[in-house]
Amino acid sequence: MTAESPDATIERLLAENERLRQRLSAIEGLSGPRIDKTALDRSSSPNDTPTRKKKAKLSRNDIHRYSRHLLLPEISVEGQLGIVNSSMLVVGAGGLGSPACLYLASAGVGRIGVVDYDEVEVSNLQRQVIHDEERVGLSKSTSATIAMTRINSQIECIAYNYLLDRSTALDLIKQYDIVLDCSDNPPTRYLLNDACVLAGKPLVSGAALRFEGQLTVYNHHGSPCYRCVFPAPPPPETVTNCGDGGVFGPVTGIVGTIQALEALKIAAGVEPAYCGKLLMVDAMSGAFRTIRLRGKRKECVACGDGATLTGLETDYEMWCGMKANDKTQSLAVLKQEDRISVDAYNRVRVAKTPHVLIDTRPLVQTKICALDNSLNIPIDELESRLSEVEEAVHAGQGELPVYCICRRGNDSQLAVQHIRTKFPSLAVVKDVEGGLEAWRRKVDPEWPEY
Amino acid sequence: MKLTLEFTGGMELLFQGTKKVSVTLPEKVTTVKTLLPWIRDSLLKSKPDMFMQGDTVRPGVLVLINDADWELEGQLSYELQEGDTIVFISTLHGG
Ligand SMILES: [Zn+2]
Repeated sequence: MTAESPDATIERLLAENERLRQRLSAIEGLSGPRIDKTALDRSSSPNDTPTRKKKAKLSRNDIHRYSRHLLLPEISVEGQLGIVNSSMLVVGAGGLGSPACLYLASAGVGRIGVVDYDEVEVSNLQRQVIHDEERVGLSKSTSATIAMTRINSQIECIAYNYLLDRSTALDLIKQYDIVLDCSDNPPTRYLLNDACVLAGKPLVSGAALRFEGQLTVYNHHGSPCYRCVFPAPPPPETVTNCGDGGVFGPVTGIVGTIQALEALKIAAGVEPAYCGKLLMVDAMSGAFRTIRLRGKRKECVACGDGATLTGLETDYEMWCGMKANDKTQSLAVLKQEDRISVDAYNRVRVAKTPHVLIDTRPLVQTKICALDNSLNIPIDELESRLSEVEEAVHAGQGELPVYCICRRGNDSQLAVQHIRTKFPSLAVVKDVEGGLEAWRRKVDPEWPEY
Repeated sequence: MKLTLEFTGGMELLFQGTKKVSVTLPEKVTTVKTLLPWIRDSLLKSKPDMFMQGDTVRPGVLVLINDADWELEGQLSYELQEGDTIVFISTLHGG
């Protein structure tokens, strides 16, 4: 084997260096410019909103940019001036807020505020079309304002990176003409309603879950408020969030887009279509159904004749019995001796100790992932399938211990409670604490997250 | 008397996923007030609290009588008519 001369070595290494440089720059080029997330993660307080001067007429640039609106006799120059001089507050930069913000910015709404306490995560991108992979980890309100400013640099976009609560809501809403409720939980919906009634602002409200959407305009031109229609909050156990029930992406797109449409019509001086009416969208059957709502309720505590609401005194989270976010809350219905940690349960599996594992999640979730040898009995079917539990317990030598598991460790506790009541003689019936989420965090990092 | 009942917004999950059903009511069911317990006792398989509280629907459920808010039609006291459509909507909160 002949040795390489020193000059040849240098030449070869230089060439290799150059090739690597080119590959590196190609890879960097693919991922686009880097965003400094900490520098961007600014947030405004309710009191530092700058005041904008109203435009008396459209500029030459405005005429060019908004010409397709100006051509519509229903909008025309007056309507577009109304839009560019308007300010709108979008509460929630999620599935509904994303398309709403895109259309409001495109249409030239003069000032758009976006409130969201949450950060962009990968599972949001399936429907929250204003965010992108690059901005995962950034606050949603900031991410939304970046996207809106890219579409339209002529408008003012303000990010409020905090949870709207009763100490901030009213001051903030007073600074805007129209509010879009793109939130995801009952306490925030009641809070927004009350603040809008007190400040006299129209509330364009949307909601979506699974394949369905609902939309209406509250508190505008004699239409009822949210409390007129729903005087009492729903029991917390009847409230399903998108993270548990799922939501088909375009459904939030449809509802959020119609929210923008209604808000823009109000700003343009056109009567919105869903004032005093409720739109129900069923994306499965394709039905768009509009129903007539009641008028203002005389006894409404917020907007009725003898309204008692003078400020945001309600503790909305307490009143609704749930937190003002759409994260699933953990229950603790069992005593500690009826629970087993994921680590301890893992030891049961490793030691191959005979036992019965009942997975109480809906069938659809067990298709995503499930532990080997688990028996799937969804919590809703447990009562009618108790015989299967009994059979499994006596399938081996003597009586097998029973463990129940679910996604986060809530339903599995209810299952343990139920099985205990039905079979009080069983020695071991335990819930795997924290469910498969805890299993992923503590035992198996490869376990899928959904 | 024959009626059409519809369940949406997740209400259908209480009725094994049934979104629409035609029913023939016994003679004693003449108003919405008597219709609600009849639905609870003859159609609902479990979780009655998810449907009714006291003598009315639970909070968060909107009732429509022929595409109008039931409040416009007299709520519980509405006299059922042959061929009416009564819709039970659970409000959505997700976004
Ligand atoms: Zn009201």
